[in-house]
Parts: sequence; C-alpha cells; structure tokens
Amino acid sequence: MFVVIVGGGKVGLNTARSLTHMGHELIVVEQRRSRYELLKPELEEKLLFGDGTEIWVLEKAGMARADLVVAVTGDDEDNVIISQIAKLKFGVPKVVARVNNPRNQATFDLMGVDSTVCAATMMLSMIQHELPVHQFVPLLSLRRENVELVEIEVSHDSPAANMAIKDIRLPEGVLVIAVLRQGRALLARASEVMLPGDQVLCLLEPGKEKELIRSFLPSRKPEDVQAETSIDAITE
Amino acid sequence: MYVVIAGCGRVGSSMAKQLVEEGHDVVLIDEDPGAFEILGDDFPAQFVVGAALDWDVLRRAGIEGADAFAAVTDGDNTNIVCALIAAREFEVRCSIARVYDPLRAELFADTGIRTVCPTREARLMMLDAVRSCPMNTTGG
Repeated sequence: MFVVIVGGGKVGLNTARSLTHMGHELIVVEQRRSRYELLKPELEEKLLFGDGTEIWVLEKAGMARADLVVAVTGDDEDNVIISQIAKLKFGVPKVVARVNNPRNQATFDLMGVDSTVCAATMMLSMIQHELPVHQFVPLLSLRRENVELVEIEVSHDSPAANMAIKDIRLPEGVLVIAVLRQGRALLARASEVMLPGDQVLCLLEPGKEKELIRSFLPSRKPEDVQAETSIDAITE
Repeated sequence: MYVVIAGCGRVGSSMAKQLVEEGHDVVLIDEDPGAFEILGDDFPAQFVVGAALDWDVLRRAGIEGADAFAAVTDGDNTNIVCALIAAREFEVRCSIARVYDPLRAELFADTGIRTVCPTREARLMMLDAVRSCPMNTTGG
C-alpha cells in the first residue's frame, strides 16, 4: 500500500514508523523547515518539504497513486482541505483525518471525510470510563460500519442487577459482549449474572443509546444520565 | 440584502462599508476583537468575535437566513471550509470564498461555492500592463 501522510508532527511521524514497520510504502509531507530538518535523517527519501494543502506539492508527493491519505496537521481547516483535494482532485480511495478541536468534528462529517480521529474526544471517553460518576460511556464509534461500543454501569436499583444476561430485556440491535468486574473483563456468556457495580460493554447500532439506558436504568430518564450520549469522532 | 462577512481585514472592512452605504445589512466575523476598530466606533454593522469555522459563531452571525456569505480571512483553507459550511449546512445560496491559490480556487469552484482568485486577476492585469509597455528601440 502507498500512503501519503500530510503533517510530520508526533502523530504523523509515529504513523509513518508504524506503517514502515508493517511494510508499507509512504511519504511524509512537512511544511515547517525546522521540523523537516529534524525528520530528514530518519525518513530520508520518504520525506517531502512543502505545504501539503498545495495541489502541486501533493502531486509531487505522488498523491495520484496513493491508496490512503492521512491528514494529520495541527490545523483542522488544513486537514479538511487535504481530505477534499485527495477526493476531488486525485480520487484517493481512502482518507483518514485528525480532528484537533472536537468542535470541528461536525465539519469533517459534513465534508464526508471517510474516517476521523480526535484525541480530545478519545481522552474524554477514557476519563468517563475511569470516573464512576458516569453511568453511560461511549467508547468507540465505527461510523461507516454503523456500530458503536459503549459501557454502561449496573446500578443497585437496576432491573438488570442480579439477573443473567439471557434474561435481560435488551432493545433490538444491542449486543452485550463483556462484563467488567473488579478490573477484569468477563466474556458475556448467556448465563452470566450481572452484579451491582458491574460495567457492561455493549455493541449497538447508533441511535439505540436511550433504549439501552432505559433497560439498564429505568428509574431515571435517559436525559438524567450523566454522560455525553453523543459519540463524537473516534473511527476505525 | 443580509450579508455575513468572515474576516475584517482590508477587503472585509471595505466591503462592509460599501454594502452598508448601499443600504444592506452586514454582520462581520473576526477572531480578533481589535480588527473591527478599522471601521470606527459608530459603524452600523454587527460584529461577532470568533472563528468563522465554528458553527455556533456562524449561527450567532445570523448565517441561517443570510442572502450571501463572503469569506475573506487571511487563510485560503479557512475561507474555503467556512464557505462550504455556509453553503452545505446553512444553505446559503450565495457563498463566496477569496482564494489566493489559483489551483485551489479552480478545484473548489465546482463544489457549491464561488471562489474569487485575486492572484489570477492580478496576473492578468500585470500581463496587460507589461504588454502595453512601449518597446525600447534604441537598446540592445
């Protein structure tokens, strides 16, 4: 596979290292002279100096034959533009872009960028996962594949408490995959009994969040559950 | 006409002046609150401080229902992206981006926005000016 990585910061460099390790061909485009000089000894001919939002620079990078473009500069508007040029001008089959500011996620979605990664949103998910105040935590969203991974807590007054997984009334399109108990993950066998305090990992179709919350926390309205129920970013 | 302008620099501010003179309603967006000083204290337009890429900032500027949106910040990419947002999300039928790079101006001209490329105009005018220079017949 031939990959064009635009942006040679920490994210771009480490992506390049991993892809090289996996045996892929790649080129990194970097526009800051000092950063370029720093990367040169390691990346050698796999590095191109220039503004990766300029069409002629991308042409020089070999964008026309790229199988994948990774837009990971520190500016969201640049990452959007790189994604658009990749699609419109070069017909690149797959684009992955970094979202620096989660507020811009909607713009990437609006522009139809294949996949986006937002560190801030992922960080928030992890914090929610670690903090017990959140009873519902969106962990991962595979947007194109139309599936989400979420975590929900079994409270003391939950009707799911002390019930076997096979006996819980789950909405259509929700699958329990694992139960986290005392820091360990148990695969969700049908006979597994859920205890208060358990964290349950579920796969679900987007939009099923409220139904899932209702079946685990019926004494509260879904609106009262302390969590961001909208899952942003984090794709593939 | 109700016009939202992103970027209160030389072009944005003078566009605003002209449009207000012609009796139009104008809202200006700029990240720098000091940018609006160029228009003086009593200028009859609304100013919104913020990034034009931010949907909430655009909403505060009244983008919903605007007749035209003009993106004239100092960044080509910012101008293209916020013009695309205005056209696609807020359905502004006339959304225009100032794009210095002729290649990007051409590529994005077919995406539901209009692009204006000063570089292209300057090139044509400079060429005309050079061509109209008299030849020096005595020199080598």
